[in-house]
Amino acid sequence: MAQPSEIPLASALDVEHLRADFPILSREVRGRTIAYLDNAATTQKPRAVIDAVSRYYEQTNGNVHRAVHVLSAESTQAFEGARRRVARFINAASEREVVFTRGTTESINLVANAWGNSNVREGDEILVTWIEHHSNIVPWQMLCERTGARLVPVPVNNAGEVEMEEFERLLCERTRLVAVGHVSNALGTINPVERMVELAHAAGALVLVDGAQGVSHLPVDVRALGADFYAFSGHKVFGPTGIGVLYGREALLEAMPPWQGGGDMIRSVSFEGTTYNELPYKFEAGTPDISGAIGLAAALDYLDSAGIAAISAWENELLEYATEKLLQVEGLRIIGTARRKASVISFVLESAHPHDIGTIVDGEGVAIRTGHHCAEPLMRRFGVPATARASMAFYNTREEIDRLAAALETVNSMFGG
Amino acid sequence: MSDLRELYQEIILDHNRSPRNFHEMPVPPARSIDGHNPLCGDHYTIYLLVEDGVVKDVSFTGSGCAISKASASVMTTLLKGRTRDEAEALFQRFHDLVTGGGEPDPDQIAALGKLAAFAGVREFPMRVKCASLAWHTMHTALASGDAEKVSTE
Repeated sequence: MAQPSEIPLASALDVEHLRADFPILSREVRGRTIAYLDNAATTQKPRAVIDAVSRYYEQTNGNVHRAVHVLSAESTQAFEGARRRVARFINAASEREVVFTRGTTESINLVANAWGNSNVREGDEILVTWIEHHSNIVPWQMLCERTGARLVPVPVNNAGEVEMEEFERLLCERTRLVAVGHVSNALGTINPVERMVELAHAAGALVLVDGAQGVSHLPVDVRALGADFYAFSGHKVFGPTGIGVLYGREALLEAMPPWQGGGDMIRSVSFEGTTYNELPYKFEAGTPDISGAIGLAAALDYLDSAGIAAISAWENELLEYATEKLLQVEGLRIIGTARRKASVISFVLESAHPHDIGTIVDGEGVAIRTGHHCAEPLMRRFGVPATARASMAFYNTREEIDRLAAALETVNSMFGG
Repeated sequence: MSDLRELYQEIILDHNRSPRNFHEMPVPPARSIDGHNPLCGDHYTIYLLVEDGVVKDVSFTGSGCAISKASASVMTTLLKGRTRDEAEALFQRFHDLVTGGGEPDPDQIAALGKLAAFAGVREFPMRVKCASLAWHTMHTALASGDAEKVSTE
């Protein structure tokens, strides 16, 4: 594969052109055009996604799966079309394996309950890592409380990489499931998911991958990964908030009892007994986020047209550039130096607390995130109460990174001494 | 940037760099209460020595952002020698200052002395919890009389 730095920008990714597709990127904040570097928190939306959602409400809106009239038929078509689009995007074997949820968190809770309650018993073990997001820790803690199983966190080294020897050592016949993030939201570490799946399966355990930060940075092929479950959120991949996906291998989903009860997830209801619907509807109770699914499909279309490979390459360039520039700021220490990283940089400054950094930087029109990033165990592991985090998407530029670096110099001059 | 200069006034930067009364106190006879802002990791312990209804001594330890540390530091300098009622009144005045809407009253500012440095916080609603942490913790300590954890969540 050609080195990204040797390919002229225009043929790899036309960033200026792409930026024009995102209305919010021209917004002024504190008298300057916003430099939005908080993409790990949520991504901005291209006009195509905004229009797809608006158009749905302007022309199509009807409840799905229900009526025989045109609006319902068209809405159903659009909704199920979105499902097929998602299945294609992640290379699922069938759309029966794509369940729409509210987001990654709900997807994980769905598995922890519907799969967990009937498959995990006292004495069993669930493996997570020390760098998981709370959404991939707490549902498993709750499952362990319910069942008497044990939650076992796999350690990471000082660079923020999973200790693979420890992982292998901790896998045993009691392990029922490994829950691991594809990409760490706080550190940017890309976990060796394929290898972890191999090892887990060899030990007889299933694997759930928290893909919230994966889909926007890397090509995701759930069959190549071998994941049993893969969860992600629409709003982190340039789609609307309120929609997410749980991918699950058909055999697994088939065997799982339903989670939420209500309309649509049933085949027939009577007070003598109710029968449940087939996949994936069994897990989609009530009216779904129809416009969300349509917006998500439009976002995935947009990504494919820009090209995931070109996106990844540009983000890598941004990551390298940002790492270099930030390390020039006095007293700055990067937390998370894994060999394989997505475009996320967490850092601390000697001169000021992250919260103060974030406020000063915001004053320069630059948006970064400060705090524990819903990863308190991780913060404790690295001995910091919080970090500042810059997370880049493909529409970010070197100039925006320069603005961040300049703002950090301002922090140093204000707080230093 | 003028907004930020109002928020990070020299007093605040000074008290952050060199916090006053920044040490533990033997408990008992002093009382200690923990204050925690889980959203951003500000974490302080306030020590209070109250005798005959008067705050004889007050100090704090812990870590957090500049706003929270400066606020705690300024608070300790203002509380020494105050009666319970005076301390309560100070808490109210501080609370109104940082949560009030619109432009702060110039008379109100003048009457506040050092606390006036925190007038800028009201323009930054996300930082109100930082500024209030030490004060809420102290207020709970005085009101309840028992050592317990305080959070501005």
